[in-house]
Amino acid sequence: MDALVEFFGLADSLKLLSLSPPGWGSNLLRGLLHSLQIAFGAFGLGLIIGLFGACGKLYGGPVLRDLLAIYTTVIRAVPELVLILILYYAGSDLINKAAEAMGYDRVEINGVIAGIWVLGLVQGAYATEVLRGAIQAVPPGQIEAARAFGMPPLLLMRRVTVPAMMSFATPGLANLWLIATKDTALLAIVGFNELTLETRQAASSTRAYFTFFLAAGALYLMVTLGSGVVFGWIEKWSRRGQPSLREGRR
Amino acid sequence: MTGLRALLQPHRLILMAVFAAFVIWCAYALRWDWLPKYAPLAVEGLWTTIWLLVVTSVLGMLLAIPLGMAQAIGPWYLSAPARAFCTIIRGTPLLLQIWLFYYGLGSLFPQFPEIRNSELWPYLRQAWPYAVLALTLSYAGYEGEVMRGAFAGVDKGQLEAGRAFGMSRVTVFRRIWLPLAVRNVLPTLGGETILQLKATPLVATITVMEIYAVSSRVRAETFIVYEPLLLLAVAYLLVAGVITLLFSRWERRGSGARAPGATTATTGQAATKP
Repeated sequence: MDALVEFFGLADSLKLLSLSPPGWGSNLLRGLLHSLQIAFGAFGLGLIIGLFGACGKLYGGPVLRDLLAIYTTVIRAVPELVLILILYYAGSDLINKAAEAMGYDRVEINGVIAGIWVLGLVQGAYATEVLRGAIQAVPPGQIEAARAFGMPPLLLMRRVTVPAMMSFATPGLANLWLIATKDTALLAIVGFNELTLETRQAASSTRAYFTFFLAAGALYLMVTLGSGVVFGWIEKWSRRGQPSLREGRR
Repeated sequence: MTGLRALLQPHRLILMAVFAAFVIWCAYALRWDWLPKYAPLAVEGLWTTIWLLVVTSVLGMLLAIPLGMAQAIGPWYLSAPARAFCTIIRGTPLLLQIWLFYYGLGSLFPQFPEIRNSELWPYLRQAWPYAVLALTLSYAGYEGEVMRGAFAGVDKGQLEAGRAFGMSRVTVFRRIWLPLAVRNVLPTLGGETILQLKATPLVATITVMEIYAVSSRVRAETFIVYEPLLLLAVAYLLVAGVITLLFSRWERRGSGARAPGATTATTGQAATKP
């Protein structure tokens, strides 16, 4: 191991990446933790918004459907970076105005919470479309049968629609999760200390740009590949008992 | 005329009235006095955005075709690197890639006197070559994956028919395989191009003056927060609308003999890229 390090001249890089204070490794890991926190929160919030949005688009009245169409179209056509700025400024402005109106002092917005809200709203628009497609792919007879047996809507959702649509939704949701992890990097622009910003700070104060950016890239890649494996399991689990799609097609 | 009747439903009329009221309120209640001063800069920025989008999409597509080809039918020593490239590009944030190229290569190049004295140096000192490089590689990474599926999805009988008519391998590729593959994934490519449009504001962080950078400059110089951002969102909506129109026109032009069900596989894939 030591000989390998010696051979590639990596000793300096390893020193920079070490976890103890002269190295910046712990900063990077803290950034990764923040990124993952936000990604989890935003993905979860997006799923909740998406589930309600999909139901609203499929079963709601004409007004609700039009409003949801505007929401998903606008969110998907405007760059995330611009949305983050608008929602970030507008959100903190509104909260501060509300706080002042109620007689409190101005509040500092917690970066993690703000990031989760902003990215969650963005994710919600994509999740609405993914889940709507998945619900539509469920044979309508199954849902009608449940209705005919007098299942109330929430029970129907929990016992029939969600389990039946899981296998159709998992690939799209896996994509959304990857987008969530990568979109956390955009919060660097509003000055939130997630992995990309931590990396840039470490890189610009040590001038070792390649070392840190490649290390951060490796961290992101580990998260991506790891979640690919996990989503593979989930997909297999959600397909249990169904005939293989591959054999059916050709 | 069904389109017009659908628009004239009562709730849609009310929604449109609310929207018009919002627009009028924006026009009167918000500050737009900065607009004349910054309008030329904004037009220039919009032009830079569109230029970046077109150049990187075309270059990226040219790279994506061999990448998809290598993954679809290449031997392992071509398909493995192509797959690794696509995985790495798709697995890391674009912002990180842009910063890696700009700060990393930008700090590496000046150390070599050969590069500093070369003809290219005046360009390499600017930011836009790095922006073009990063955006092109990103588009190629995502599209390489799309093209792999597209090439693999073309009916083998079509290619065999071409060979049977005595076409050379290159002609079969140029006249049959590539057009069929591209036609089948045109809806996906349209979605990916909109995603590429949404990726362009990231290059503002490395000092390329496109439309997003112009709006940040207005915000920094005049302390007006919402107005430039609203206008910016509208500009992106318009460009995205134009892209959608262009691609739907291409799709209609090439859809004469489309196999039934070919479109169903590609819907809902717009969400593949951050």
